[in-house]
Amino acid sequence: MKILVCISHVPDTTSKINFTDNDTVFDTNGVQFVINPYDEFSLTRAMWFKEKQGATVTVVSVGNATTEPTLRKALAIGADDAVRVNAEATDGLFVAKQLAEVVKNGGYDLVLAGRESIDYNGGMVPGMLASLLDFNFVNGCIGMEIDGNSVTLSREIDGGNEQLSADLPLVVAGQKGLVEEKDLRIPNMRGIMMARKKPLAVLDPVDITAATSAQSFEKPAPKGAVKLVDADSVDELINLLHNEAKVI
Amino acid sequence: MSVLVFADSSEGKFKKPAFEVVSYGQKVAESIGSNVVVLTINAADSSELYAYGAEKVVSVSNDSLKTFNAKAYASVVQQVAKAENATVVVIDSSINGLYLAPMVAVGLEAGYASNVVELPSETAPFTVKRKAFSNKAFNNTTITTDVKVVGVAKNSYGVHENEVAGTTESFEPTISDADFGVTSVSIEKASGTITIADADIVVSAGRGLKGPENWGMIEELATVLGAATACSKPVSDLGWRPHNEHVGQTGKPVAANLYIAIGISGAIQHLAGINASKVKVVINTDPEAPFFKAADYGIVGDAFEVVPKLIEKLKAFKQA
Repeated sequence: MKILVCISHVPDTTSKINFTDNDTVFDTNGVQFVINPYDEFSLTRAMWFKEKQGATVTVVSVGNATTEPTLRKALAIGADDAVRVNAEATDGLFVAKQLAEVVKNGGYDLVLAGRESIDYNGGMVPGMLASLLDFNFVNGCIGMEIDGNSVTLSREIDGGNEQLSADLPLVVAGQKGLVEEKDLRIPNMRGIMMARKKPLAVLDPVDITAATSAQSFEKPAPKGAVKLVDADSVDELINLLHNEAKVI
Repeated sequence: MSVLVFADSSEGKFKKPAFEVVSYGQKVAESIGSNVVVLTINAADSSELYAYGAEKVVSVSNDSLKTFNAKAYASVVQQVAKAENATVVVIDSSINGLYLAPMVAVGLEAGYASNVVELPSETAPFTVKRKAFSNKAFNNTTITTDVKVVGVAKNSYGVHENEVAGTTESFEPTISDADFGVTSVSIEKASGTITIADADIVVSAGRGLKGPENWGMIEELATVLGAATACSKPVSDLGWRPHNEHVGQTGKPVAANLYIAIGISGAIQHLAGINASKVKVVINTDPEAPFFKAADYGIVGDAFEVVPKLIEKLKAFKQA
């Protein structure tokens, strides 16, 4: 079984978000980039399939050379090889079409990704990729087992879970539950040393026009200071929530 | 030309996001001089949508669509979009909406903007404001394709009443076995409780509660307010509360009208997941807890003293 794990290279959650060039460009100055947390659940699940079921795991990212340390980290966690499509990830459809080429050329049976990236939060690429490839697709996946060609999965629904079945080939967008947070792996020194020698192929992008374009960014209006209410006068809180905020 | 809105229903009934997307779609249609068409699948009473401006409803009734199936639903949305010559397709940001929208976009060769929080700022070029960086910024995005798919962020535009004399037509979609490559085996659903996704008010508690045995007052507060209960990540990691209550970055997103955080310090990952809520209240013993910087109202105090008092006073308030 050949697994492709899509990795988005995103600013760490604790990063300060700022913009330059008249609020048109995200300011990466001083920002630490990480594997998108949702993708990390999928990568970890892929490691289980590698160790227990002999799958091979390739990681892929669409991005410029600055994304390579993030791919190396995925290799250090245990992926076999990496692919970088050398293009700016400007739009969901653009990225999905680049990935579709990688999947077609690589003959992957299973594509794992994250439910969304924590930078643009688009939640678009996995579903688009599945549609472009005409693969089965499960979004928001919180559990998955593979037996030969058939896969049983669960996904979160409003107020519960749904159990699903599907055959390979399949695209899955994972989230917490696919593995638990405690199962996530921190690369050890041996992994890091080995990752340096693992293949990282750089591919030219296919020529595609993006369907959307980001024009500008803005930050939320600064929030007023918190109104403190004395612990002995909860009536005042109820009054504020009713008459001022009008939420109860 | 039309603006097509998919109004999702669960067991035949519409929920708030359906009314929100209909309100939104009607306004978009008005601004581009077009008509709104609302698609429903197996809804019991489509005429409920007339109150929000749905002049024309296209109703699909089909037994094979009783359980949500993203690919089949996406195919129906595409068929109706084509039949109605839709230039804009509006979908909600529920779990199912987020599942099917990217598939619809590819099927219609449309550009897709998700997490949209306002009406388009311009319609030519079609520009919308989206949430980005986990609620730490917004991104103004232009959709450049002929057909556009807009995902409206939950509880952002709001529900706007706008009664019209609507009409409902039925539509027979072509359903193919190939759409059911992913099949639903079973569904487990808690009944009788308010889900975090549906709730207008969410009462959430953290490690400050010291142990799972102390959740009685959180549940009681939620009952008094008609709220859903939620918890922070450490609490679900410790097994004090079920995983499906975990809200925050890797847990469930919350976009409620009122979010009450009790004994939660406000780690950045937690705030990223709940920041879309309109009004935030924090109750914490530590005045330096980061949540006080994110909250609208706060009480510095011990949850074990404040919460029982709050329950008592709220009961009196509700009866008044």
